[in-house]
Amino acid sequence: MERRTLFPGRVLPALLILPQLVLTGVFFLWPALQAITSSLEREDAFGTSTEFVGLDNFADLFGDPLYLAAIGRTLVFCACVTAIAMGVALVLAVLADTEIRGRAFYRTMLIWPYAVAPAMAAVLWVLMFHPQIGLVGAWLNRIGIAWDYKLDGTQAMALVVLAAAWKQVSYNFIFFLAGLQAIPKTIIEAARIDGARGVRRFRTIVLPLLMPTVYFLLVVDLVYAAFDTFATVYAVNGGGPGQSTQTLVLKVYLDGVVNANVGSSSAQSVVLMAGVIVLCALQFRFLGRKAAT
Amino acid sequence: MRRRMPALIPHAVLILAILLFALPIWIAVAGSTQDSAAIARGEVSLVPSLSGLGVYRDVLVNGSAGAGPVWRSLLVSAAMALAIAFGKIALSLPSAYAVTFFRFPFRMTAFWLIFLTLMLPVEVRLIPTFQVMSSLDLINSFTGLTIPLVASATATLLFRQTFLAVPDELVEAARMDGAGPLRFLRDILIPVSGANIAALFVILFVYGWNQYLWPLLVATDPKLDTVVISIVKMVGVDTATEWNKVMATAVLALIPPVAVVLVMQRWFVKGLTEGDK
Repeated sequence: MERRTLFPGRVLPALLILPQLVLTGVFFLWPALQAITSSLEREDAFGTSTEFVGLDNFADLFGDPLYLAAIGRTLVFCACVTAIAMGVALVLAVLADTEIRGRAFYRTMLIWPYAVAPAMAAVLWVLMFHPQIGLVGAWLNRIGIAWDYKLDGTQAMALVVLAAAWKQVSYNFIFFLAGLQAIPKTIIEAARIDGARGVRRFRTIVLPLLMPTVYFLLVVDLVYAAFDTFATVYAVNGGGPGQSTQTLVLKVYLDGVVNANVGSSSAQSVVLMAGVIVLCALQFRFLGRKAAT
Repeated sequence: MRRRMPALIPHAVLILAILLFALPIWIAVAGSTQDSAAIARGEVSLVPSLSGLGVYRDVLVNGSAGAGPVWRSLLVSAAMALAIAFGKIALSLPSAYAVTFFRFPFRMTAFWLIFLTLMLPVEVRLIPTFQVMSSLDLINSFTGLTIPLVASATATLLFRQTFLAVPDELVEAARMDGAGPLRFLRDILIPVSGANIAALFVILFVYGWNQYLWPLLVATDPKLDTVVISIVKMVGVDTATEWNKVMATAVLALIPPVAVVLVMQRWFVKGLTEGDK
């Protein structure tokens, strides 16, 4: 879509867009190109010279069982976070959308976790699930469940999944509620008169109309789980115990910043870049479909 | 009676959900007022004790093991969040205005270059961005903390959508009154986009306040610790974590972004659900 009414002039618009373009070039495009070029290079042991090595860094990466494990772990993590965050939000939004009183109140009370930083979500959940000081964690130990997310990898993973999903529910809830309220009441009413009730009405009438929102949130949540949860995972256990919560984003940071392996870290960055591009393409596909209907 | 029973179920589930969602915060609120040693023994109570409220003064002024005074880090966070929110709006609004209301060479190229940044979160260009910062001598500076986060594809897209929907009559009327492009922007376009700017402000303020990876990387000077960085440092202290202080800092760190979201809820929800899709 384009505007029909325009202003004349070429210099003014160029000046208006220039600051943003400069920042984009210096801090986004240039570093991204750098990531791509250094993913094709390797430094010698002393960091004094670099040589072009083609796709060697990528070959190493995909031949590394630790990296492959991290890919699998990240997929599981993203799937769990997305499923929990969307499932819980959908149930709550459906309940809040029924003609009950206090809808605005419920929305207000469920909206605020949106403002919680991913790192803060980790801290709050640690305070709850810490094996000694946490209300829930200490209780689990008292009733005989050996709970310590600092020692047990599965427990650590469960904790970061819950902390990450907890924060994202409110975002999904806002969108699901808006999507549900956009469905014309006459359609629901007609289904009711035809005798479709409860779960069946939801499955055959409401859910299909809600699918654009579902697709949209699916992509948003996957991007969130893959990238924005760095702080959540890092603040809980720094990726540990062992590598049990090391997701791909964490590995980029640990390999690049902590272990100073620029070539490998850059190759990992490029792999992630490809991941974001795929997710963005998916989003466009779904949005395109939505615009067409 | 038979018809009223089912209506109670949604209420019950929603209230349960609200309580579960608020539980982590309540634990922090109640715990912050209690004795650190008692918390460390796992004896945290869900009832706050009023006599422990002094901890807030204490962390604000003195900080806690692992991090400096919290007033300072709150100030850094606030400055960073405001700089990012206003910076993004100040850059994106003119950019969107340029690409929607004008025709100039490479217009769409420029638009797509900005758009590309959506696909380049800081996580995928971590090391090279750090290298750029260090060659510009921006490590450990407030500018370095904020400037790279100020370019925004999201805000530009959102403003573009708003501007595309501005009726032609409005533009023609303004032109008839002799308003040039800059006056049109200032006197008409910005005022009619007020609700969008407000919604965007909420989203961007929360985004800025909640940053973690970037400050962790680019600002190692404790003077530039944001409150989010500080609290993770406090928790990371291996021995003798002062739990009541950690909890008090958590509460203080949550108040500003939560308040912005709740106070501006109406615009925020509208802007989020109508604009971003």
